[in-house]
Amino acid sequence: MIAITLLLLPVIFAIILLLAPAASSRRIALIGSIISFSITAFAYSQYLQEDFTKLNFDVSWASAFGIRFNIGMDGISLILVLLTALLYPVIIASTSRTVISNPKAFYSLMMLMQLGLMGVFMAKDAFLFYVFYELTLIPVYFICAVWGGDRSIPITLKFFIYTLAGSLLMLIAIIYLYFKTPGSHTFDIQAFYQLTLTPVEQGWIFWAFFLAFAVKIPIFPFHSWQPDTYTVSPMAGTMLLAGLMLKMGIYGLIRFILPIVPLGLEDWVDFAMVLCIIGIVYASLIAWQQQDLKRLIAYSSIAHVGLIAAGVLAANTAGLQGAIIQMFNHGINVVALFFMIDIIENRYGTRWMDELGGIAGQMKKLGVLFMIVMLGSIGLPLTNGFVGEFLLLMGMYVFNPWAAAFAGLTLILGAVYMFRLYRNVFLGEVKDHKMTTSDVAGWEGFILIPLCAIVIVIGIFPSILLNVSEQPVQQLLQFMNDHKSGVSGL
Amino acid sequence: MTAVAWLIPLLPLLGFIINGLGFPKLNKKVAAIIGCGSVLASFAIVCSLFLQSLQTPLNHRIDLYTWIAAGNYTVSFALLIDNLSVIMMMIVTGVGFLIHVYSIGYMKEDEGFGKFFAYLNLFIFFMLLLVMGASFVIMFIGWEGVGLCSYLLIGFWWKNREYSAAANKAFIMNRIGDLGFILAIFMMFAVFGSSDFDKVFPAASAFTTNDSIIIAITLLLFVGAIGKSAQLPLFTWLPDAMAGPTPVSALIHAATMVTAGVYMVARSNILYSIAPVTLAVITVLGTITALFAALIALTQNDIKKVLAYSTVSQLGFMFVALGTSSFDAGIFHVMTHAFFKALLFLGAGSVIHAMSGEQNIRHMGGLKKALPITSFTFLIGTLAISGIPPFAGFFSKDAILTASYFNSTIIFLLLILTSVLTAAYMFRLYFMVFWGDFRGTHHQEEHLHESPQSITIPLIVLALFAAIGGFFGLPEIFGNHNWIHHYLSPVFSQNTRIMAHADSVMIEWLLVAFSLVVIVPVMWLAYQRYALKTVKVTLSEEQLPFWYKLSLHKFYVDELYDYGIVKPLSALAGLFSVAVEKKMIDGTVNGLGSITLFLSSQLRKIQTGNTGFYVFAMVAGMVLMLLFALAKLNVF
Repeated sequence: MIAITLLLLPVIFAIILLLAPAASSRRIALIGSIISFSITAFAYSQYLQEDFTKLNFDVSWASAFGIRFNIGMDGISLILVLLTALLYPVIIASTSRTVISNPKAFYSLMMLMQLGLMGVFMAKDAFLFYVFYELTLIPVYFICAVWGGDRSIPITLKFFIYTLAGSLLMLIAIIYLYFKTPGSHTFDIQAFYQLTLTPVEQGWIFWAFFLAFAVKIPIFPFHSWQPDTYTVSPMAGTMLLAGLMLKMGIYGLIRFILPIVPLGLEDWVDFAMVLCIIGIVYASLIAWQQQDLKRLIAYSSIAHVGLIAAGVLAANTAGLQGAIIQMFNHGINVVALFFMIDIIENRYGTRWMDELGGIAGQMKKLGVLFMIVMLGSIGLPLTNGFVGEFLLLMGMYVFNPWAAAFAGLTLILGAVYMFRLYRNVFLGEVKDHKMTTSDVAGWEGFILIPLCAIVIVIGIFPSILLNVSEQPVQQLLQFMNDHKSGVSGL
Repeated sequence: MTAVAWLIPLLPLLGFIINGLGFPKLNKKVAAIIGCGSVLASFAIVCSLFLQSLQTPLNHRIDLYTWIAAGNYTVSFALLIDNLSVIMMMIVTGVGFLIHVYSIGYMKEDEGFGKFFAYLNLFIFFMLLLVMGASFVIMFIGWEGVGLCSYLLIGFWWKNREYSAAANKAFIMNRIGDLGFILAIFMMFAVFGSSDFDKVFPAASAFTTNDSIIIAITLLLFVGAIGKSAQLPLFTWLPDAMAGPTPVSALIHAATMVTAGVYMVARSNILYSIAPVTLAVITVLGTITALFAALIALTQNDIKKVLAYSTVSQLGFMFVALGTSSFDAGIFHVMTHAFFKALLFLGAGSVIHAMSGEQNIRHMGGLKKALPITSFTFLIGTLAISGIPPFAGFFSKDAILTASYFNSTIIFLLLILTSVLTAAYMFRLYFMVFWGDFRGTHHQEEHLHESPQSITIPLIVLALFAAIGGFFGLPEIFGNHNWIHHYLSPVFSQNTRIMAHADSVMIEWLLVAFSLVVIVPVMWLAYQRYALKTVKVTLSEEQLPFWYKLSLHKFYVDELYDYGIVKPLSALAGLFSVAVEKKMIDGTVNGLGSITLFLSSQLRKIQTGNTGFYVFAMVAGMVLMLLFALAKLNVF
């Protein structure tokens, strides 16, 4: 019941939003997201008690085509659902400062987006997965295009077409797999896991899925839509894209590539891994050159998710566990960073590095909060980022020591571009002496302090999340290895 | 007391949290009491552990909880209490406490007083974690944590752009080393399945000498040590780190953090003794660093820069000790160095305060009249670092020189040369600051004063230890009771080289004679040149000989890195963000988009407006769907 409730809630609130007066839209959306979060927290507690019955929901949907409305959560899904439910109130609350034209439409689209995200993370049926995957694209497109900045329409249109083209490949792969299922065909993902495919088939399907997800994540060199889109989107849109939507791509890699086409992965993993590693170094170097804070974080995000994807491709426990916890951490950190940049832009009227300086003197609390999230982002031990990077790099080391050594450059480069940012924006003398600015206050602290607390708590007690995904990860790898040996036994 | 040993790092952490959250509302007195008190309390517990360890050697592991677990890899948050970690904890909390007390006086006018104590406490917490960790991963937490504190404290006066640049440089150079460290950790997990000391070391003993895996692990760990302990080629951050307040230089950049690399190698002595190749690398690099830094220190004019290069040089000595398998001599020098170098830095701080912030020794002179206590304690520190018996530095340096003598004559001779240079630059410093005529401004001269008690008492205590600290490791000729050697033998027992008794007596007498015959004349020369003659206030570059300029400009290493690494990388990044990113990648994507547009404009011609065609397409589609449904029902 929990699963279906989490899908229905956004729909119900979207309808309420359309009926209620525009003035109260934000409050209604916030209430909706908080209810979703409470239910997810309940789901987490159920999961810890190993009561899985309430987490699943399965009814026949389009039975002629073997499509079932089959949703549910294992540990991997739960962590991403938790992330979505946790970030939603934050993202909605972060819109308080800006005046949004036509708030009814805006927040309804936000709700639809939540429906799509939750659906993707919970779908156990491949067709359903695809439907939700595409469903997310529509609201986020409108949010970014309509409420975005200059040139937002051509830029988001490019993003829309690019990712749509990518997922078309995924659709073809899914349909192919569907016809491979025995008897009256089915889209059940578990059934896909049982398929025996030839290495050649696996190679093609690997590429179909990989390209679809590589655009979404994005992995180098399929990333060129990302910096522009992140930059022109309204802050809430950027947060949705960076904090949540890209996780669909990594989640897809985990769910579809590892267990379904292990041989395809084996054949192409070196190539894909090299792309990820190039992306890490390449994006970090570009981030180092940026003046626009939002764009800097956009590039740093390409580096970070490149590392996560590489960890998934390493296809071992450390890499996968690292990828899952790092998806959560990246979501928290990137949203907190974007939020703080939004605060800076709002107070100083610019987010250009050379126009800023000395903020730590005027906004002492922001200086400290930014420092904490930054440390998480560069992976200092006892912050959330360290646990993720440590496991990811360890997973890559097991895969190939040189991969870990090159990807490990992110430890150095991450410090280079983030500390440059901190020095130029927060330290030194204030650029404009006349400007008086109020520090983080009220609701801003209400958002940022919990996020910073999460950065530290996950850093000290990562088992809160690691324990949740441990068992499904082991199961997935078991599937993959059985599958691999089964096929090669043919 | 081992049961409450977890309190030792926790107390400074609590101090950090209280002072950190309380800043700036907490008044300075309370902040000082919390800051110093928390370290003193830890020191008290460490002392009781120390007393216990004198009875019976300690070897106690405390498992707090499972920190990270993924599959077969587990990292337990565990602490290790043994004689080696206890002696390091003594240094960290003992010297740390004295420097906390000193900071009360030194920072009392600073508006960031409470924040300063919060950072210092955080540093003590991470440093304790570094020396107490029972595995390489826990050590790594402390390792990176002290790097963070170093960053925060170097850039403590954050409005100054140069200071924050120095802070960034320190953190980034440390991170280069840290990459090596973490790769070594992965390797240990891959080879031994764990990074816990009690799993790795016994398992490593099974490997043959110079096994390539062990060489790789030890070299990678050493890369970490190069960064943290400022050895060639990653040493340039340490002189810049002098931007931080002077107590920070004393605590972090002299007495404790920079010796972490030495501690780490000593802790891994079992690994290193299986890898003689790595030991040779360490010996050579240590020797070169010691000599190189001493050559630079000869001509520097900033009082703190002289001491910073001296620290780099002394760290080189410590690494030679490790490289020649005299792990106890390395730790012994860590200890005596902590005493005399902290003393020298704190003395320098007292001078800088008296001189209203002036750091250029060419503007000082004759300060011994106005600062008698500072001057006297500084002299003791200078004698100790120069290796004059019976001060602390003599015995620890003697142990290292003896070890190097048995290892390689060239190394030995180079270290002897470095020792002479050490005496030269230290006495140059001492005489230029405290003797001769005052060369500063009139305003500075009026303001000259001896520092308050919170500054002079730590100086006196440290001077006492700098004077007698050598007796902890009294060599064989002076009674044959090398206390520190025996105390640390549980940790180093399998590896510490057993020295031939007769040879060692001979070489030790030789070294005593050497310090009298060579170093005393050097002192006299320095006295002639810097105390009796008038020192030039400014140098004109043109008149300087080539070697002098080379030393003054630090052999142009910073410029080399800037033009050799930073600028090319920056250019590459620029190329990426303009040419590759915009033209190639995005250009290709947009090109594909244009092709699609063209094709679709062709395809659009199918939309003829011919109703018949539409009907045909519709029917065809329906038939296809019907066939599909029939296929589902298994009609065929």
